[in-house]
Amino acid sequence: MNNIVAIIAALCYLAMLFAVAYYAEYRLRQGKSLINNGYVYALSLGVYCTAWTYYGSVGQASTRGIEFLAVYIGPTIMAALFWPVLRKIIRICKTQRINSIADLISIRYGKNFSLAVLVTILCMVGIIPYIALQLKAISGSMNILTGVADAGTGLNNILSDNTFYIAAVLAFFIILFGTRSIDASEKHEGLVAAIAFESLIKLVAFIAVGLFVTFGLFNGFGDIFSKAANNETLKKLFQFSDNTSYTTWTGLILLSMLAIVFLPRQFHMGVVENVKENHLKKAIWVFPLYLLLITFFVLPIAFGGTLLLGKTGINADTYVLALPMQHGAKFLSLFTFIGGFSAATSMIIVETIAISTMMSNNIATPLLLASQKFKTKGDGQLTNPILNIRRFSILLIVALALLYDKLVAQHFTLVSIGMVSFAAVAQFAPAVLGGIYWKQASKKGAIAGISIGFVVWFFTAVIPSMASSGFISMQIVNNGLFGWSFLKPLSLFGMQGMDSVTHCFFWSMLFNIIAFVSISLNSRRSAQEVYQAEIFVDIFRYSATPDSNMIWKGTAYLPDLNSLLANFLGNERAEKIIVTYANRHKIPIDTKKADPRLVAFAEKVLGGVIGSASARIMVSSVTKEEELKIDEVLKILRESQQMMELNKELRKRSIDLQKATDQLIAANRQLQDIDKTKDEFLYTVTHELRTPITSIRAMAEIVHDNTDMDEEQRQHFLSAVIKETERLSHLITQVLNLEKYESGKQQLNSSSVQMNSLIKDAVQSIQPLANEKKISTEIKIPDSMFLVQCDADLIMQVLTNLLSNAVKFAPVNGSVTVAVHSNNYDELQVWVEDNGKGIDAGLHELIFDKFFQAKNQTLRKPEGSGLGLAICKKIINLHGGNIWVESELNKGSKFIFTLPLI
Amino acid sequence: MSAVKKILVVDDDPYILMSLEFLMKKNGFDVMVARNGTEALDIVEKQLPDLVLLDIMMPDVDGYEICKHIKSSKKLKDAKVVFMSAKSKEADIKKGYDLGASLYITKPFSTREMMKQIKELIA
Repeated sequence: MNNIVAIIAALCYLAMLFAVAYYAEYRLRQGKSLINNGYVYALSLGVYCTAWTYYGSVGQASTRGIEFLAVYIGPTIMAALFWPVLRKIIRICKTQRINSIADLISIRYGKNFSLAVLVTILCMVGIIPYIALQLKAISGSMNILTGVADAGTGLNNILSDNTFYIAAVLAFFIILFGTRSIDASEKHEGLVAAIAFESLIKLVAFIAVGLFVTFGLFNGFGDIFSKAANNETLKKLFQFSDNTSYTTWTGLILLSMLAIVFLPRQFHMGVVENVKENHLKKAIWVFPLYLLLITFFVLPIAFGGTLLLGKTGINADTYVLALPMQHGAKFLSLFTFIGGFSAATSMIIVETIAISTMMSNNIATPLLLASQKFKTKGDGQLTNPILNIRRFSILLIVALALLYDKLVAQHFTLVSIGMVSFAAVAQFAPAVLGGIYWKQASKKGAIAGISIGFVVWFFTAVIPSMASSGFISMQIVNNGLFGWSFLKPLSLFGMQGMDSVTHCFFWSMLFNIIAFVSISLNSRRSAQEVYQAEIFVDIFRYSATPDSNMIWKGTAYLPDLNSLLANFLGNERAEKIIVTYANRHKIPIDTKKADPRLVAFAEKVLGGVIGSASARIMVSSVTKEEELKIDEVLKILRESQQMMELNKELRKRSIDLQKATDQLIAANRQLQDIDKTKDEFLYTVTHELRTPITSIRAMAEIVHDNTDMDEEQRQHFLSAVIKETERLSHLITQVLNLEKYESGKQQLNSSSVQMNSLIKDAVQSIQPLANEKKISTEIKIPDSMFLVQCDADLIMQVLTNLLSNAVKFAPVNGSVTVAVHSNNYDELQVWVEDNGKGIDAGLHELIFDKFFQAKNQTLRKPEGSGLGLAICKKIINLHGGNIWVESELNKGSKFIFTLPLI
Repeated sequence: MSAVKKILVVDDDPYILMSLEFLMKKNGFDVMVARNGTEALDIVEKQLPDLVLLDIMMPDVDGYEICKHIKSSKKLKDAKVVFMSAKSKEADIKKGYDLGASLYITKPFSTREMMKQIKELIA
């Protein structure tokens, strides 16, 4: 493929990144942030997957088997710990305006300047080669794509190499979107969006290659795996033999667990750019899922590569690109290249920002501030110098990486440098984790641990690789430092049987931890340290009361503070920020002397701009500080703790009170509801009683007042009186019945009942009524016996009620049918059918309400109380059964009830 | 006193209807009965009664509606309406009077008292 095409594709891709970043910032200005989203956050963590993942995993799988998985298992395990661990770090960094891992460590240990410098140097030494590795991946993949030979090593050729120009564009991108604002603790909206976008691109590209190899070059997974199983080289790799080192596995998993938090780029994406702690909850499962997806096709590609290209001598690290290339898939090859390009660029971008922030804050800015007259009251005078320092740092890092790539990196495979970087940042783990969980951890312990870890790391990881690439003599590697054989870099103290990375990790961490712990236990801590330890370890308690997590003592003048901030923020913003803060926390603003809390606040704001170490220097230079004594710190802590306890207690009380109030309101409402239904029921009952009483009274008065009426008429009235009285007493009985069911007083008098005979009895009892209307009755019962555990009297009541209703609604000469069905073994259905006018579908449920007929005027004046079906429902429900009606207008009705079978 | 006064009794309870029919006849009125709202509307139109004894809750057209019809008809402007209902809430009674009823009797009632009041209304 033409060289130009590859360059144009790469530049187009970079242009796309600019567009995504611009779009994200445009959206933010519209108030619609793209990155305020858990999925975007999880994707941005995908910056973990570099060119090493993209190309190197396949290489590793082809040469070492499934060992490549270890560096994905580690992060997956760590993801489960995001909520307890990463959330704590995020909370600390947000409340303290921390924007780098160097700041985190230095602030925890009493704002110690030398710690910040130490961490920064370690990051530079450990990570810049790693960045170089990404540049190497870019140029390497471009060479494969274009078939051009490597531009060669050495500085002479640097300008003729594509990598140089790509690196220049990248540096421009980073400067443009990474140094937008002077406050480094602010979010970089466009940058995060671009990184999340890159994560998507590399994932899609890698999967595309995987699908191409699996289904294009082979006939699916079965084919590829069975062919691989017959391949001798591959067979050896995937047998767990004596060669399989469990220590290597354990070492790699632990190492990558730490890397996912402490790599500067992960710290930057996971902590500094985190918008909401809650996004972690998404990341906990989305990020491991991402890792799973991106590693899913590693094995098929590695197998495919070995099977098809194994004998050609092509480097396994390049199988991903070589496979589509060799098989003429031009577009896919280009896309694959872009995928790898995105993996490399995302890493370079974020890593450079993270390290450049540390470099400029902890090394360059302090130098600038020491050499210049910064006290001059300048309105934002220092904004530009600071931003320029940061820009310069970015350029410097990219340049250093480029140099490293040209001079050193050619000698390594992709994986080895990556693991060396992992081991470097792992040195921060004891100081950070100890710092946030262990109050005793001290500055001296942290300095000692990191320093010795750094030295051991350098000795066991860097020296051997320098030796093997010919920078220093192999003497040290072979015979040990000073010729002492127990100081051999690859088998320290005679330790053998570990691979070099695990060996380095083991010894550096061992020394680091021992130094950190033992010195922490035996050193006195300064007041600042005690205070910061308290805040860090108990951050979730202190972050609730913002002004409790700062402390300062001495004499300061407000104008000095103002002009100090103004240097960086401009007069207007500086004054506004102080006044707002003072108002919010009700701090009196004395025009001369500044409240200590304002001093502490100013330092924190400054820390966000120039790093905590520089901020410390600046603040102490414009104020007269007095050293805090331990007991003063403890007193302040105790007071704020008491305040917090009090607040907590108050909050708890008010919550309790609110709960009690809610309960009372709910109870009251319930009572009102009960009252209302009771009232309604009572009203309906009395209403139902009024009608028969009216006619009884009227008829009784007539008979009484009209002694002269003829006998027949008199009999007529009197028998009507009797009938109405019966109706009245029936109604009363029903009401009392219903009340019994509703109050739960009704007990079931259960026994085994022969359903067949119960039904026959019921039909017999309504036979006279049926005969009156010339209605035919039919019983359809299967031959089998149905024994039901129930209260025979109550079920009889239900049956007669349904049957008499059926007779009532069936037309003259109509028919009523009772049937028994049992569709399964656990319930029995009884059907009572008539061929009457049926019931409108909308009423099917309502008819089981008490007094439904009375309330619904269209059905009024029934013969009956209006309670029959309501009572039936209660009885059936009490037996654990159901009752309902199936009916259509003019097609008769079918009442069905079920009873559980024994 | 002119002709025999015409009274229409409307109720869907057969026994109440039977009793009131008997009493009205006994007291010398010309009685008509209706078992539901539709029948009642039909009869008032054709017979123009002097007084309508009206139940409120009926299956088809309720008593209030019938009263509204009577009060809005020119033909029936002299007809008096007396409600008799089991609805005993104040709001129901007020509604009855608001619609122009001369009397609202709640059930159960004394027929003796009722006859006296009716005679006073259309003597």
